[in-house]
Amino acid sequence: MNSLLFQAISFVALAATIIPCVLYFAEILELNTVKSLALLGTIGWFIATPVWMGRSP
Amino acid sequence: MDDQQSQSGGEFEREPVPERALLGAGKFWGMYAGEHTAGTEFMIGPLFLAAGASLRDLMLGLLLGNALAVLTWRYLVTPIAISKRLTLYYQLERIAGDSLVKLYNVVNGVLFCFLAGAMVTVSASAVGIPFGIFYQTPSETFALGAPSFTLLVVAVGAVMAIVAAAGYKTVAYVANIAAPWMIAIFAACGIVSLVQMDANSVTALSDGKFWSDAIAFVQAKEGVKQFGFWQIVIFAWLCNGAMHFGMADLSIFRFARHASSGWAPSIGMFLGHYMAWIAAAFLLAAQIKLSQDHSANPGALAWGALGWTGILCVIIAGWTTANPTIYRAGLAFQGVLPKRSLAATTLAAGMVATMAGAFPNLSAKLLDFVGTYGTVLGPMGAVIVVDHYLMNRFGLRDEYATRTGLAINFAVLIAWLLPVAVGLYMIFWQGLFAAYAVIPCWIACGMIYLVLSKALQAPVAQ
Repeated sequence: MNSLLFQAISFVALAATIIPCVLYFAEILELNTVKSLALLGTIGWFIATPVWMGRSP
Repeated sequence: MDDQQSQSGGEFEREPVPERALLGAGKFWGMYAGEHTAGTEFMIGPLFLAAGASLRDLMLGLLLGNALAVLTWRYLVTPIAISKRLTLYYQLERIAGDSLVKLYNVVNGVLFCFLAGAMVTVSASAVGIPFGIFYQTPSETFALGAPSFTLLVVAVGAVMAIVAAAGYKTVAYVANIAAPWMIAIFAACGIVSLVQMDANSVTALSDGKFWSDAIAFVQAKEGVKQFGFWQIVIFAWLCNGAMHFGMADLSIFRFARHASSGWAPSIGMFLGHYMAWIAAAFLLAAQIKLSQDHSANPGALAWGALGWTGILCVIIAGWTTANPTIYRAGLAFQGVLPKRSLAATTLAAGMVATMAGAFPNLSAKLLDFVGTYGTVLGPMGAVIVVDHYLMNRFGLRDEYATRTGLAINFAVLIAWLLPVAVGLYMIFWQGLFAAYAVIPCWIACGMIYLVLSKALQAPVAQ
């Protein structure tokens, strides 16, 4: 259950890095908003993904 | 089946991989996706623009070249890998002899260090942005950058070398986690750059003026250059020549349960060497439009598109690819100096990489370097192909060094060094584009090996 939750967070975070760029392309978002969302998505990805992905070190 | 497993620590290094250790295709797809979306892609993409490639040639040339690279992995490397299930090094040792493999290891290790050096430079370019330290290429090939940048390279290189020596597994783990994110960030950089160039309409994209304007700007500053369709095809095909034509990836595909795993490099080629290169090239085109600056500084380019996320991507992409490269170089050196610990040889490799990274022109000439790398290491793959498919057909003995106890099989030594010497002469003294030399050297090496074996092989008892 926890793993599924963190997977969902990871996918939302990954989407936050790429979807705002598409919205910027469509002139819906400003570049500063894109940069902020990408940074938030990055932080989210690196917090949530280690919980479920791959092998432990 | 990560590097740690496949290249060190008794993971079937001197025996065929057994049935129980074979892996499904998924592992290979994941590994190639991460390994070929690297820090150097930030460097290589802009170099196409700086070299004057047209957008149409770039799109179509990379498509064809990458397809040829995938086919080479699938139909040249994978069949031998799953037939013998041995590492490149052990196969070479059986054919060429123990001492010759040590020489190959040293050459391999030194070239790995130079490659890692370029990644250290790329990472340092990003680390320097918040501190106002900028990567600039001096006019002379072997000249250092600004003193502050050189110090930064030393610091970044030292950290990378220590981490590679002490914590390789952690880096491999971070690399796995970072791979999907890095791919997304490369794509994001490309999309943002297009908008920065006002190329976010079908008309602007099909017109391609954003690209031709950038080329015109660079050529007004640096003079007219040409980088045509076939040059792009050959570069995309052979920039990993050491891995496929050179058979380095035998060490990976020996774990493949089915030959279909040989299609896995396609994900690395079409994400890393297609999408990421084109996206990175767009970064430079956007920088030229926004600030009339055509310097291909990876950190500054990524900062311009995505700010702190871009900086993080360049640092992580450089770090996660420099570390395994330094680690592989350490392994290669340890093969020659078995009494030294792996940590010591990895630190030594890190020092060499750091010194190489202090010369910014190395990364600025990455297109030439990777071609030279394939020219030097690729031909040994021809020896393996000829030994596997042709020796018995010509009445000769395969794996001759093992059968005779030779330390150096001179047929292999001459077959390797002769075409490589000619290739290097053509590259460095005649100005040949380095990637053009890979296939001629490969074919010449295979033919010379066959002819010399016919002349030199003595009868061997069954």
